[in-house]
Amino acid sequence: MDILLQIVIYLPLLGALVLLAARTDEMVRMISLFVTLASFALSVPLMLNFDVANSHVGQFMTETGPLLAGLDVKYITALDGLSLLLFMLTTFFGPIVVLSAWTSIRKHVKGFFAMLLILQTGSLGVFASLDLVVFYVFFEVTLIPMYFLIGIWGGDGRIAATIKFFLYTLVGSLIMLVALIYLGFHAGDAINNGVFTTDWRLLSSPAYQIGLVEQTWMFLAFALAFSIKVPLFPFHTWLPYAHTEAPTAGSVVLAAIMLKMGTYGLVRFCLPFFPNATEAFAPWMGALAVIGIIYGALVAMVQKDVKKLVAYSSVSHLGFVVLGIFALNTMAVQGAIIQMVNHGLSTGALFLIVGMIYDRRHTRMISDFGGLSGVMPVFAVFFMIATLASVGLPGLNGFVGEFLILNGAFHSDVLNSFWFTIFGATGVILAAVYMLWMYRRVMFGPVTNKLNEKLADLNAREITLLVPVMIFIVWIGIRPTHFTQYSEHQVTQLLEESRQKSASIMQAARADELPGWAGKFYDITQEFASKIGEE
Amino acid sequence: MEILNDMVLYLPAIIIALAGLIVMMVDAYTKNTATIYTVSVGSLVLALAAAVYGLFLPSAEIFYGMATTGGTAAFGTALVVAATLFVVVLSREYLTGINHNFAEVYTLILFGTVGMIVLATASDLVTVFLGLETMSIALYVLAGIVRDEKTGIEAALKYFLLGSFATGFFLYGIALLYGATGTTRLAEIGLYADAGLIYWAGVGLLLVGFFFKVSVVPFHMWTPDVYEGAPTTITAYMATAAKTAAFVSLILILERAIPLAVEQWSSVLVVIAILTMVLGNTVAMVQNNVKRMLAYSSIAHAGYVLVGLAAGTAAGYSAVLYYLLAYTLMNIGAFGVVAYYERHKGMKFNSVDQYAGLGYKQPMMAVLLGIFLFSLAGIPPFAGFIGKYQVFAAAIQADLIGLAIVGVLASVAGVYYYLRVLVFLYMKEGTEEIELTRAGVPYRFVLLLLALLTIYFGILPGGLSELLTGFYQGSLYSVAPLP
Repeated sequence: MDILLQIVIYLPLLGALVLLAARTDEMVRMISLFVTLASFALSVPLMLNFDVANSHVGQFMTETGPLLAGLDVKYITALDGLSLLLFMLTTFFGPIVVLSAWTSIRKHVKGFFAMLLILQTGSLGVFASLDLVVFYVFFEVTLIPMYFLIGIWGGDGRIAATIKFFLYTLVGSLIMLVALIYLGFHAGDAINNGVFTTDWRLLSSPAYQIGLVEQTWMFLAFALAFSIKVPLFPFHTWLPYAHTEAPTAGSVVLAAIMLKMGTYGLVRFCLPFFPNATEAFAPWMGALAVIGIIYGALVAMVQKDVKKLVAYSSVSHLGFVVLGIFALNTMAVQGAIIQMVNHGLSTGALFLIVGMIYDRRHTRMISDFGGLSGVMPVFAVFFMIATLASVGLPGLNGFVGEFLILNGAFHSDVLNSFWFTIFGATGVILAAVYMLWMYRRVMFGPVTNKLNEKLADLNAREITLLVPVMIFIVWIGIRPTHFTQYSEHQVTQLLEESRQKSASIMQAARADELPGWAGKFYDITQEFASKIGEE
Repeated sequence: MEILNDMVLYLPAIIIALAGLIVMMVDAYTKNTATIYTVSVGSLVLALAAAVYGLFLPSAEIFYGMATTGGTAAFGTALVVAATLFVVVLSREYLTGINHNFAEVYTLILFGTVGMIVLATASDLVTVFLGLETMSIALYVLAGIVRDEKTGIEAALKYFLLGSFATGFFLYGIALLYGATGTTRLAEIGLYADAGLIYWAGVGLLLVGFFFKVSVVPFHMWTPDVYEGAPTTITAYMATAAKTAAFVSLILILERAIPLAVEQWSSVLVVIAILTMVLGNTVAMVQNNVKRMLAYSSIAHAGYVLVGLAAGTAAGYSAVLYYLLAYTLMNIGAFGVVAYYERHKGMKFNSVDQYAGLGYKQPMMAVLLGIFLFSLAGIPPFAGFIGKYQVFAAAIQADLIGLAIVGVLASVAGVYYYLRVLVFLYMKEGTEEIELTRAGVPYRFVLLLLALLTIYFGILPGGLSELLTGFYQGSLYSVAPLP
């Protein structure tokens, strides 16, 4: 089983190398499809054999000796409750993304699929690694293929978009790298006999406690990197560009997988390592998340380009995830984790759908469409399901996550204010407004544009790739526990441990004993939190 | 007998020096460049074997304390010889392409390399000076080897004038240090370091000389012009082998002659490192000429190396050695691909706009360039990342967190200009008609090998970092003075 995990991760990379030998474009496509399908098929036994009761322990673990002399940096990969679903989501989207690019990519086909496959390995590595340095390496590796995917196969503004995407992400992650190295030395001194360590299991253990000042700094560095990746308002400006310019397959991977690396990082690293800072900054992060929810929704409403609309809806939806994470109770964090999957499915589906219509008409402007439901009935059905899932209709997946998050945030001790929920919930209403309005303008009414009269409905390939997504959208909507069970145990334990950890650290160093500005900063944060609570 | 034993330990330099003499003779009598090339490559391969063997020998003083073997010095030797070997193979095809395949080039490269080895193994200021000058004089001539181009002559003259000036500072520094301590042996200077004014003035002047050779701000002015004007493979040689030798020598000096004083002057290194990284990276962003861009990038990389030196710890020094290796691999690789493109139009094919659409013409070359550039940018999983990671880790461990933050932010600017080359290669349509001919087998082999090594040292740094850390195990170098 352990070796199976490695195979699943590296099979796509191997496929990318095999592609070099492929002679025809058809062969390239078939190899890519085969490799991603095999990777997905092999990952299913992992999920089936996952020990739900022990979800807090990394399973299918592979651990090597130190990679660097004198530093306890090891290649550790495993799946646990936090990563399993996202890992599966990534393998699941592999073949779908390959199929979606089947005919729409005509130039440099080999390069395109090679990049997709490398990206797949990178993303799987991000979710599977349990060592921070290894995580960081995979985190950065994913940038390279995405840079080329947007830059070579993107739209007209692709070059600016891809450079912006690359540099933005890199600034955050490099600052995180500094904090990460500092953390490694600090942890080494504290619990690993003075040897630098970035083993997640050690760092997240209750035995390892970090002082308040260090926590604050490191939290800020980590949170910045992940906030840019998510992206959390006001770090979201790269996202609409990247999404709009990226080819369909790129947008799907970006939305479904890569944005999750940010939220995943917040849960996996910030929460257990920096419990006090997480608590202290929770209201701030929550506030930014809520601003993002509303801002994203409002901006989405006025978009003329369907793809841009979906991109801004991502900002809004990921706001929910961040709000859930920083509500810091089991319900909300569980909601956040399932919402990551949900967003991947529904927004991924929306990008696929937008791509399909773009392939036919080479435009994404809402005003160019209208009345498509009559011309393309099958398309209309899929589009409707994806739209409603994104809106959060009960019975579909989006509802589950949003409900858990909003409910959890309402009861959150840390956020300590129902205003987060109230403002957050308006995002759900706004989502219905912009999504359904967009759907009406594109699909209903008379066919105003002659070019739309003879559009072909979805072909077998397009239906094949959308159906699995739809199945999971409905499945999660009806039986969420089939999926939430995987993370439940770990989330409960993680929150419990970090609460105890933060209490014991607080006891050791009270805020007024902090030196100068740091103490003040803490006071202000606490005061702010309590004020919001009073109101 | 002792001197013979010492000569065995000094084999790499001796082999290359002999080969240099043979090459000069062959040139005088037959002008047969094929023989010259074979002798050069053959001697370098032998020397490399000897140098790699030397890596595993214990550290020792040879030639009555004038030179040292093992550890840092052995690593410097191996790296310099390897870099030279790569450069010689690349140079042959490139220089033939631009019609400047003179025998002198090989002679000069071989003698220059001897100088670099002497420099990288020196444990006495006199040997340091000897190595530095042997190396520099060869480089002055090499920079101007394309003598019918104005830029080439400008490069050589500029390099020579400024270089001699720096040498003056360097010599004066040696004189003052001798005056303050009464010795030129590095280890003894370290023992007698009394931190008096003369001593520190000597250290300062000595460092100015070094800073010039490794081109850090504010002693970097010559670099862009020289790197641009020199033939590209020679630029690669100057940027990698020469810098490696100078930095290795600098480590030996810092470690031995100024050992306990890290606290007092590491702030000087910090300031210079910051200036170098920031200026190198920001100015590189606006360069349109790829060679000039790589010149500024090499300034910036010298800044990262200084970060490791500023840490002044065992971890810092071994990180610097790792960085030098990574830097040598990826920089020779990058210059190699640039040289490959360049030779199709004489030496007039260096503007980044001209690279538009080249990515699809000889795909392998472009992919290799991509790998080297990403590695230079410090993106995993390439060797450049591990190098950066280690120097910054050393700095953070030494409580230089601010320096590390400035460094990583400066490297973001770096990423921008490396990516820009890739933008032109892959994302823009070519405007210029150019037919790329396939590079020769040795040429492609060397570039491929460099790329594979770049990836290998980016994924499995363990063995090498083990070796390098081993050099600095226990206390830093110390030796009893001669009777």
